[in-house]
Amino acid sequence: MAIVAQESRLSRVLWPILAWTIAIIFFFPIFWLVFTSFKTDADAVKPEHLIFFTPTLENYINMTENYDYWRFAINSVITSVFATLFALIVGVPCAYAMAFNPTRATKDILMWMLSTKMLPAAAVLYPMTFLTKNFLGIYDTHFLVIVVLCLINLPIVIWMLFTYFKEIPKEIIEAGKMDGVSTWGEIKDILIPLAWGGVASTALLCFIFCWNEAYWTVRLTTTEAATLSKLIEGNRAPEGLFFGRLSAVSAAAVGPIVVLGWFCQKQLVQGLTFGAVK
Amino acid sequence: MKALQASALALMAATGFAQAGSHASELTIAIVNNGHMINMQKVAEAYTAETGVKLKWVSLEEGVLREQVTSDTATGGGQYDVINIGMQEAPIWGAAGWIEPLEFGAEYDMDDILPAIRAGLSHEGTMYAAPFYGESSMVMYRKDLTDAAGVSVADNDSWDNIKAAAAAMHDPDNGVYGACLRGKPGWGDNMAFITTMVNSFGGAWFDADFKPTIDSDEWRAAINFYVDLLGNYGPPGSEGNSFNEILALYNEGKCGMWIDATIAASFLEVDGVAYAQSPNAGNPVGANWLWAWAMAVPTGTANTDEAKAFIEWATSKEYVQAVANHPDFGWGSVPTGQRASTYMFDEFKAVASFAGAEMAAIESAAPEATDLKPYVGVQFAAIPEFPQVGSAVAQEMAAALSGAKSVDEALAASQAAADAIMSEAGYY
Repeated sequence: MAIVAQESRLSRVLWPILAWTIAIIFFFPIFWLVFTSFKTDADAVKPEHLIFFTPTLENYINMTENYDYWRFAINSVITSVFATLFALIVGVPCAYAMAFNPTRATKDILMWMLSTKMLPAAAVLYPMTFLTKNFLGIYDTHFLVIVVLCLINLPIVIWMLFTYFKEIPKEIIEAGKMDGVSTWGEIKDILIPLAWGGVASTALLCFIFCWNEAYWTVRLTTTEAATLSKLIEGNRAPEGLFFGRLSAVSAAAVGPIVVLGWFCQKQLVQGLTFGAVK
Repeated sequence: MKALQASALALMAATGFAQAGSHASELTIAIVNNGHMINMQKVAEAYTAETGVKLKWVSLEEGVLREQVTSDTATGGGQYDVINIGMQEAPIWGAAGWIEPLEFGAEYDMDDILPAIRAGLSHEGTMYAAPFYGESSMVMYRKDLTDAAGVSVADNDSWDNIKAAAAAMHDPDNGVYGACLRGKPGWGDNMAFITTMVNSFGGAWFDADFKPTIDSDEWRAAINFYVDLLGNYGPPGSEGNSFNEILALYNEGKCGMWIDATIAASFLEVDGVAYAQSPNAGNPVGANWLWAWAMAVPTGTANTDEAKAFIEWATSKEYVQAVANHPDFGWGSVPTGQRASTYMFDEFKAVASFAGAEMAAIESAAPEATDLKPYVGVQFAAIPEFPQVGSAVAQEMAAALSGAKSVDEALAASQAAADAIMSEAGYY
């Protein structure tokens, strides 16, 4: 009995220490990024100014005065919001059909969707550029970025929603059917309220992936639809990496998504652990 | 269904499904991110006010810029009207027909452009990119330290004297290292400096058949000297140092001398800096490197005339004056290394103590193919395969510097890697 109590006390101490250690390891890069963003480029590479330095806002002033940060930020918001919205509009009915009306091909379709993530993006760079620029005429438009981000994330969205929907008893949906509820009604009034945590966390993750996407957003845009990824990319100078300046741009780019994640962490955790314990 | 349709319409409206096609009063300009280019965005507001041509700027990392321009060209062009390219690409892309030949009016004064820079941006006598700013390399040394140590550094000094001066200034206990040189791997990093050193020892990247000559005696002598100099009289961890890192060390007073791009002189904040032309080991040809960031017009653009007109303005004498007279800038911010006339202004000479040394370095650089080297370029070879070859060799040189490999091992591995790349590319 005494051993059990001792173990319990030990785990009460050890687990929080472990949790804090892991949290600090994960948070440290973000902290260091923000910390470095208040250094001058010269201070950023001086070992003696690793911790102690005179903080400056010059990198942030430079970013807004010379690089039009807000234009890139607004483009990131527009493309991420609409891409997430459309991924859900397509993904929810898709996952609903697969979860509650599966066929023999359902598993294969799910695997096929996932396999599209295995294609190296560079392999389709030329056809994507050619088609969107010369054939469709939608190069460097928000529309193109939204479509691409939506399609890139659709397999993950469908997989996640499918997993959440599978946890909901089929009988509840069938009861709705018996009461004469339409398919859309089943999704809107029964499924989404029941799986709200899963839908919210899927939307959040999709939004984060859209916000952070850098391969296509850099290569399929020039000025009109360029997102924050392109702003960061453009701040790499031929003379090398100016860490102070680059840190400020990166901090301002990831800042909104970190804040969003912070406020929505309850939904994120709820969604990610949905059905984890049976 | 109606909700879906409404959403789709809203999306189309919000995002502008079909953008208005670009028209002649608007130019899209892709630039690399450096101070002169960023300043140009502000200075060019006057150009827009005068001509009505709206300018849209896209700042890109050097590698991404190359990739975007090549993929744009491969798909018919039109994405950019003006592009920033370096001296490595200009002759290659010009020969390939990817960029337009440039000819300007008499007022542009083509003869005012420094001949070495003009030659480096030309193919068969035709200029394909107009220089925005240029640079060479030179020795930037602390005269207070050389005087105190009783040594001197001369123009085109011998490498042995350079080593003796570095040894005399080397005082690691007080945080002063005799020589700070690039060691970070990269064809534009350590290989830029190492190539000039190899050139000065009489070596070259390739022979007349474009077979790599990295296992030659000249390379061996140069790399042994480099590893010895930097290993004994350089700062610790030199294999991680390139331009920015050394600039920080120099401004902290930790470097006795630095041999690097002439542009570095405008960033130096320590007192007592003196300049000398790059050292050599008997062969002065190729000891001074040569580079320029230039502006070109991709062949696919629909706005060729407007793009050429903009480049004519942005690389003109008038532009230099516009920067000098701009309230945010002044003579200390004018782009240098492209026009001889810039160096004639007393106002410029007053703020740029390095001006004379910089111009002499650029003028003595020889990018043309010679009996010694069959390729255009000083610290690089203007062939498409060079970035790949240079990057592979750069890794080996960094390994030799750090002691992970012997110089002979690094040279043998470099030769094998370069040979494989050139052979696969079909040179022999």
